[in-house]
Amino acid sequence: MNTHTTHLIRSVGLLLFILGFGFFIAVFFLSGYQLTDDVLKQELQEENQSDQAPNAAGQETSDNTEESFMPKSMYTIVQEEAEEMLGKVYAFNFSFIRDFSDVIDRSNQQIRGIYGITSDEMEQMVQTLAEENNLAYTAEAAGAVFADDTVGRFKRKMLQDYTGWLEGKQFDNPDNLRSQLAGTVASINRDVTQQKGIGRYEQKGVKTAVVKAATIGFVKDRQWLVFIISYGVTILGALLYLLPRLYVHPGIKNNHIFHSSLKHRGWLGMMLGTFLIVFYVILYFYPYYMTNWILVVDPISQWLNGGPAGEFFLYGFLYTLCILVMGIRMILNYRHSNYHIIRTISVIFFQTAFAFLIPEILVRLNYPYYDFKNIWPLDYDFFFPGSLSQLIESGGLGIFMLGWGIVLIVLAVPILVYFLGKRWYCSWVCGCGGLAETLGDPYRQLSDKSLRAWQVERYLVHGVLVFAVLMTIGMIYTFFTGSGSLLGIPTYSVAEVYGFFIGAGFAGVIGTGFYPLMGNRVWCRFGCPLAAYLGIVQRFKSRFRITTNGGQCISCGNCSTYCEMGIDVRWYAQRGQNIVRASCVGCGVCASVCPRGVLKLENAEEKGRFGKPILIGNDSVRVDQ
Amino acid sequence: MKKICIIGNGVAGITAARHIRKQKSASEYSITVISAETEYFYARTALMYIYMGHMTFEHTKPYEDGFWKKNDIALVRDYVRQVDISNKRLRLQQGEEMPYDILIIATGSKSHRVGWTGEDLQGVQGMITIQDIERMEENTRHIQRAVIVGGGLIGVEMAECLHSRQIPVTFLVREEEYWHNVLPLEEAKMASRHIRGHGIDLRTGAGLKEIKGNAQKRVQAVVTTAGEEIPCQMVGITIGVTPQIDFLKESAIETDRGVLVNAFLETNVPDVYAVGDCAQHRQAPEGRKNVEQIWYSARMQGETVAQTICGYKTRYVPGVFFNSAKLFDIEYQVYGTVHPQPTEEEEHFYWEHQGGEKSVRVVFEKETRSVLGFNLMGIRYKQAVCDRWIKEKASIMHVMEHLQEANFDPEFFRHYEKEIVARFNQQYPDRAVKLKQKKSLVATLLGW
Repeated sequence: MNTHTTHLIRSVGLLLFILGFGFFIAVFFLSGYQLTDDVLKQELQEENQSDQAPNAAGQETSDNTEESFMPKSMYTIVQEEAEEMLGKVYAFNFSFIRDFSDVIDRSNQQIRGIYGITSDEMEQMVQTLAEENNLAYTAEAAGAVFADDTVGRFKRKMLQDYTGWLEGKQFDNPDNLRSQLAGTVASINRDVTQQKGIGRYEQKGVKTAVVKAATIGFVKDRQWLVFIISYGVTILGALLYLLPRLYVHPGIKNNHIFHSSLKHRGWLGMMLGTFLIVFYVILYFYPYYMTNWILVVDPISQWLNGGPAGEFFLYGFLYTLCILVMGIRMILNYRHSNYHIIRTISVIFFQTAFAFLIPEILVRLNYPYYDFKNIWPLDYDFFFPGSLSQLIESGGLGIFMLGWGIVLIVLAVPILVYFLGKRWYCSWVCGCGGLAETLGDPYRQLSDKSLRAWQVERYLVHGVLVFAVLMTIGMIYTFFTGSGSLLGIPTYSVAEVYGFFIGAGFAGVIGTGFYPLMGNRVWCRFGCPLAAYLGIVQRFKSRFRITTNGGQCISCGNCSTYCEMGIDVRWYAQRGQNIVRASCVGCGVCASVCPRGVLKLENAEEKGRFGKPILIGNDSVRVDQ
Repeated sequence: MKKICIIGNGVAGITAARHIRKQKSASEYSITVISAETEYFYARTALMYIYMGHMTFEHTKPYEDGFWKKNDIALVRDYVRQVDISNKRLRLQQGEEMPYDILIIATGSKSHRVGWTGEDLQGVQGMITIQDIERMEENTRHIQRAVIVGGGLIGVEMAECLHSRQIPVTFLVREEEYWHNVLPLEEAKMASRHIRGHGIDLRTGAGLKEIKGNAQKRVQAVVTTAGEEIPCQMVGITIGVTPQIDFLKESAIETDRGVLVNAFLETNVPDVYAVGDCAQHRQAPEGRKNVEQIWYSARMQGETVAQTICGYKTRYVPGVFFNSAKLFDIEYQVYGTVHPQPTEEEEHFYWEHQGGEKSVRVVFEKETRSVLGFNLMGIRYKQAVCDRWIKEKASIMHVMEHLQEANFDPEFFRHYEKEIVARFNQQYPDRAVKLKQKKSLVATLLGW
């Protein structure tokens, strides 16, 4: 094939890619929205039923007959508040979501009105306690002021839960008692919506489900067509753009990377970075804006796990596709190296099978969603009480999963790192690593190689590891004792902070969003607590190293430039020293880009692993063998 | 306190500076490095990668800018016009005079020229300095064809540079195959084939007669020795390099092609040393040329002179020769002595992969059968192992038997030792050997 033909195919590919991807972006804006009663019924009644299930059982139904006052269901309240919205057609999700958020706020306000403790009730409590209990607080005495109906019982329960620490406390005068109670009542009233309304955590899900269900128009009516254009055309374009590389002689072709706007922080790179950051912010914090994208992969989700798609199904789907298509690119670009071919096939396999398909199939079979290759502390919620109970309650397979996860942490990590280096995980198995090595490969040269960056890296990544360990200790303590507080620190809040800043912010928004700005391993290098753990083993007890071939280094700098972890490989190579670094993920690209074949990744005897920095040269190389 | 001045911030001068500083503190020796080319040390070997966009200039600097201050090595950006030996002073371009106690000359090379008509035209250039790369950016903008004259390593690097920008290249090489003055015929043929495979118009046995310019004094064509006129807008002259020592002409420092030095890298003037490309050894070290313009040799000389200056007088003994390069996609390594034509006393064993892009050549002495050198294309061998075999005069049979020990190819790469040894046994049935098999794949993976 001549260069003219390949050029043409590449241009067509690029055009198709831009069209397909452009369409994908356009889909974000393409729907109309109309809230109907059916939508509310479908999305809220389920919510409410499951929500009420624990305290609705038994006594409540038996008492029902006597009750004069039936509290309204959440569905009824929202329906009331949403009256103005019902039937109205919105052209943009922004206005629809704004109005619906108001509906939720107003509904929660109503809930507070129904289930909140009023100031009258509080006054009564103070009086009762003063008159009948000698100003000693007991929940039983205080709770007597509430009526004996559903609402009253709920209030009594809340009071009991929130005043455990007050039980039996003696007050000097009613004012002290009143001020103590006022604080507690305020928190109860604040938290009432968590239990009876649409709570803070639930809102994301409710909004996403409602927006998705309320969608009308093109995208909803022609899911498959939209799917084929936004995915099929994009992928076809990408492949047409990539495949002509087969006609270029195999070998390292890093031509024009630093002339490229996309790959060297030019305007294209900035735009892509912005897109990725916005994508992650929406995904983690405002998923209800991306319902059109979710809608398009609904059929895939139905087919795989039998249920509708959520934002994380969309994410998993996109993630796997990126690794697949960019994995093909990786294989084409490095097809002269079996190491890269096998390694890339490995990350594609582990992402597709372990991270994407198996968990979805498990869900379909009514087992817990579980990624068999995800290891704590990267999988930071593995020891959360919720996850632990879910695994334990899922019978044999659940227990196996729990055991498997623990074996990975305590046996697989140290043993495999000893024999193979941390690369067995970071650049062969891990999902984050998989994305970095495929989608992120064009940006590896953007990592910061300065000494300063290395210093920051060591504090940061080990700091996150410590944070993860402490947070997990708290969670395990909570699981066994049921207490949400360890040494006066609220364990759930710590976990929440971790999830927000590390799990979503660092790993997602910064980790991937910053590919075009700071290279493809920002998370792995500065944030991943598992990488920190693997790295400590690799640094101190492993057979892995990058061997330097005698005095052959010409200090050109290709190795350091293309090290995604920002290791100044040349610093070692030019003095004939082996490279042993905690952060090295063993991607092997330094050895591939070296124009003199000076570097080799290998597992060999531990003895002499570091190599001494040799005075290179005079009277032949002096190498420790 | 002694003041050491080093002229030239290439690898020879910088290695000297670093090794002196390793042994002597700033209160004992002050070190000043003077360079007209750049403020900071960079790897000249990476020039092609700057032009091709693999790296920026920043990436080619092996040390961060703060490194020099931290190590008390002063950097001066200036050009030395004259060396005043009697007063121990340097005259710099910008008028200043700089006294020294010890002087190291490490000025490197410049492009070799032979006085062709038109060699000063705009668009004619070599590729040695960062300024050459800047000039090449200018000279290759919107051009239809470039001609490169001289088939050495810089020539092929320049061809690769221009190829990366889809500029058609005609490559005039005097030898019958590319670099056959260094590479044995089979490897030279392989290289020629490979270069042509990338679409380079490689003309072997061809030379330059003259360069023609237009009215604006820009190059517009070359005429070959065969009389053919090739229109082109840029001409790369890569017929070798020559020591850059013009500024020493009026001094009493003895020069020939380069600055003449003894085995301790001392010139005829006390306290003046010369290292690297610009040095010419009065007596060439064993198995070496008297002017050896190689990165590795320059680095070794820099290190050696540092020992001497710090009071450990050390003879320059470069040891077993080695060099390496990359010809487009084929990596090349050489250890020991490999002549382009076998000499009377030596024999060459050569194996080439059927794909025509990998080969192994082992040179050994006919009489004693001890190995003298390795020439490798597309396969990596360990320097330490080859070096040891050559030094210990291991026999060719021993080498063949233990060939796997030398392999340095990446994991999962196909190994050819079996094929190579089979070929050897076929060629020398009376000396047949059995290859010592290395471990299984699993064992190799686990490093057992």
